[in-house]
Amino acid sequence: MAVIIDKNTKIIIQGFTGKMGTFHADEMIKYGSNVVGGVTPGKGGTKHLNLPVFNTVKEAVDSTNATASILFVPPAFAADSAMEAADAGIRTCVAIVDGIPSHDMIKIKRYMRRYSKSEKMSLVGPNCAGIISPGKSMLGIMPGHIYKEGRVGIISRSGTLGYEAAQQLKDLNIGISTSVGIGGDPINGSSFKDIIGKFEEDDETDAVLMIGEIGGPQEVAAGEFAKQNMKKPVIAYIAGLTAPKGRVMGHAGAIVSAYGESAVEKVEILKEFGVTISKNPSVMGETVKDVLSRK
Amino acid sequence: MDIHEYQAKKLLADFGVIIPRGGIAYSPENAENKAREIGGSKWVVKAQIHSGARGKAGGIILCNSPLEVAQATDKLLGKKLVTNQTGPQGKIVNRIYVEEATDIEREFYLGLVFDRSSESIMVVASTEGGMSVEEISKEKPESIIRSKIEVAVGMQKFQAREIAFGLGVAPELINRTADTIIGCYRAFSELDATMVEINPLAVSGQGQILALDCKMSFDNNALFRRNQISELRDKTQENPSEVYASDRGLNYVSLDGNIGNIINGAGLAMASMDMIKLAGGEPANFLDVGGGATPEKIVKAFKLISMDEKVKVILVNIFAGINRCDWVAEGIVQALDKIEIKVPLVIRLAGTNVDKGNKILRESKIKYIEANSLEDAANKAVKILK
Repeated sequence: MAVIIDKNTKIIIQGFTGKMGTFHADEMIKYGSNVVGGVTPGKGGTKHLNLPVFNTVKEAVDSTNATASILFVPPAFAADSAMEAADAGIRTCVAIVDGIPSHDMIKIKRYMRRYSKSEKMSLVGPNCAGIISPGKSMLGIMPGHIYKEGRVGIISRSGTLGYEAAQQLKDLNIGISTSVGIGGDPINGSSFKDIIGKFEEDDETDAVLMIGEIGGPQEVAAGEFAKQNMKKPVIAYIAGLTAPKGRVMGHAGAIVSAYGESAVEKVEILKEFGVTISKNPSVMGETVKDVLSRK
Repeated sequence: MDIHEYQAKKLLADFGVIIPRGGIAYSPENAENKAREIGGSKWVVKAQIHSGARGKAGGIILCNSPLEVAQATDKLLGKKLVTNQTGPQGKIVNRIYVEEATDIEREFYLGLVFDRSSESIMVVASTEGGMSVEEISKEKPESIIRSKIEVAVGMQKFQAREIAFGLGVAPELINRTADTIIGCYRAFSELDATMVEINPLAVSGQGQILALDCKMSFDNNALFRRNQISELRDKTQENPSEVYASDRGLNYVSLDGNIGNIINGAGLAMASMDMIKLAGGEPANFLDVGGGATPEKIVKAFKLISMDEKVKVILVNIFAGINRCDWVAEGIVQALDKIEIKVPLVIRLAGTNVDKGNKILRESKIKYIEANSLEDAANKAVKILK
C-alpha cells in the first residue's frame, strides 16, 4: 500500500516546460510514475513530453483528475504555485525548490487554513528530494534505483543523507515502503510528526527511520507523538554533532538557537521517548536491521 | 544577513521607533563635527561591527567633549575588536556611530523572532535590559514575557499593550511603548527580517522610550525582493572564505579543525563531520557543493579548501544520484588537473555507477586514498594525521 503515493496516483508537474521540470518529469515517467500532464501559464493547449500542458492547475485537475503535483517553479513564484495547487483540490504537493522566503512559507500555511481537514492539501518540502514509494511511484528528484521495495518507512530533512540511508538498507537487503523528504527549511509544509502517523497506519510498513538534524523542534515533537501513539518502532539519526551554535549549516533550518535544538540534546530527548538512535550515520541501515530482528 | 546597529536604527525609525540623535563617521574630524551637529554635552562613540557585547570589548566609549569624541574615534577606527561573539580573529571597525548620550532610568529587552513550533512571530520582552537574551533565560527566566503573534492579521494594539504593562511601564508611557513594539513587528514582517532586537530599550530621564542598541537579521532567501536591505551588506564583517564561497554558490562554514571537507548536500555534510569527530578528528569546515555536485562546483570547492592553511587532509564524500559517480569522478580528475593539492586526499564515492567512478579515479594520475563508506573515509582521514 505504501503511504501518500502509489502507482495509481495521478501527478501533474507545475513548471512543466522549464529545464528542471522537463528533466525530472522525464525521470519520473521512466520510473513508472503516473504523470498525466503539467502546468505552464501561457502554454496551455500545447503538448510537452507527449502530455497535455495547461494554463492553470484548476484546468489540469478538471481535465486529468490529478491528485498530486510537484513544483519546479523558481522560489519567487513558489508560494503562489503552492496556493494555486491547494485551491485546485490537489491532495499532495511536493515543493522541490530551495530558497522560498520564510515569510512566504508562513503565508502558504495560513492560506491553507481556509480548508477543512478533509479538503486540505498536504504540502511536502520545500528544499527537499520529494517522495518515493519504491516500485510504485516517484514524486521527486531522487535516484529511484537505489530504493528497494520493502517495509521500512523513511522520513528525512536532508536529500543526500536520505539517499545514503536508502543505499545502506539496500546493501543489507532491506526495502522501503515509502521515503519522504520533508526538506531543510525552517518552516516546512509537513513535519516529521505529520508524516510519521501515516506510517503507523500503513499495513505495509513495519518500522520508521527518521533522519533529522540540528535546529527546530520537529524531531522532538515526532518522538513525543511516537511514544504516545505508535506501536511500530522508530529509529532516528540526528546530524550535526559538530555544528557550532548560532551558525546556519547549509540548510536554512539547520541552526541551533534554543535548548533542545542541538544534536546531542535531540538524541537525549528522543531516547527518553523510546526511539532507537543510530549512533553514527554509517550504521543507519544496521540499526534498522537490529530493530527489525528484535520484533 | 546581518546589518550594523546604525542601519537597523535607521530602518526601525522609519517604523516609528524613537532613537537618540546620531550620525555615522569615517574619520576623527568627521566624528567631532557630528558631535557638534548633534549638540548636547555627552556623546557615545560606538564601533560598528556585526557583533553584540561591544561594550565589554572596549568598543563603546562615553565622551564629554567633541575633542574626546575625535580621540575615541581615532582609537577605534581600523582596530580589530574581539568580543565573545566574533571569535579570536575579531572584526574590523570601519565605521563609527556618534550618538547623544541618554540618561537611563530603566532598561528593557525586546526581541522578535520566528517561532518554529507555532510558525508565527514571537515577541520576547524582559525587564532585564542590557543582558543578552541567553543570560536572561539563564539567570532571570521569570522576567521573560512571550507573545505569539498571528501573522495573518498582524500584531494588535492590545497585545503590545499587554507586553508594555507586563514590563511595568509607567501609565503615561504605555501607548508610546506599544507603538514601539508594533513598529518592530511591522519592520519584521514588512522587510523579511528573521530577527529584530532592541537591547536595551530604555526609559530616559526625560520620560522617553528610546532604542539604545538595535540589531536586525534578514532572510537571505528574500533578498531578491529587498534591494534596500541587500545594499546594507558589509562584506568586511564576514569571514573572507565564507564570502568567497557564497559568491560562488557554495555553502561553507569555517571551523577550527584540520580535516577539510567537500561533500554534496547539507545533511550528508553534517553527517560526515559527525563521523570525523567520532573517529577522533576535527573538521576544518562545513562545505556543501549542492546535491548535484557539478564539476564546476567541485573545482571551486577544491580551490576554496586549498586556500585554508589549517587543512592537513581533505575528505571528499559524494553521494551521486542522478549525477552519476563516473561523471563526478571526471569532475574530480578535471579539478585536480587545474589545482595542486599539497595535502593527502581521501575520496569516498557512493550511489549510481560507483564502480565506474572508482575505476576512473584509480586509472587517473590523482594520488588519493579510496574509501568505501562514511566510516571508512573518516577513519582513514583521521589515521593520516596520527
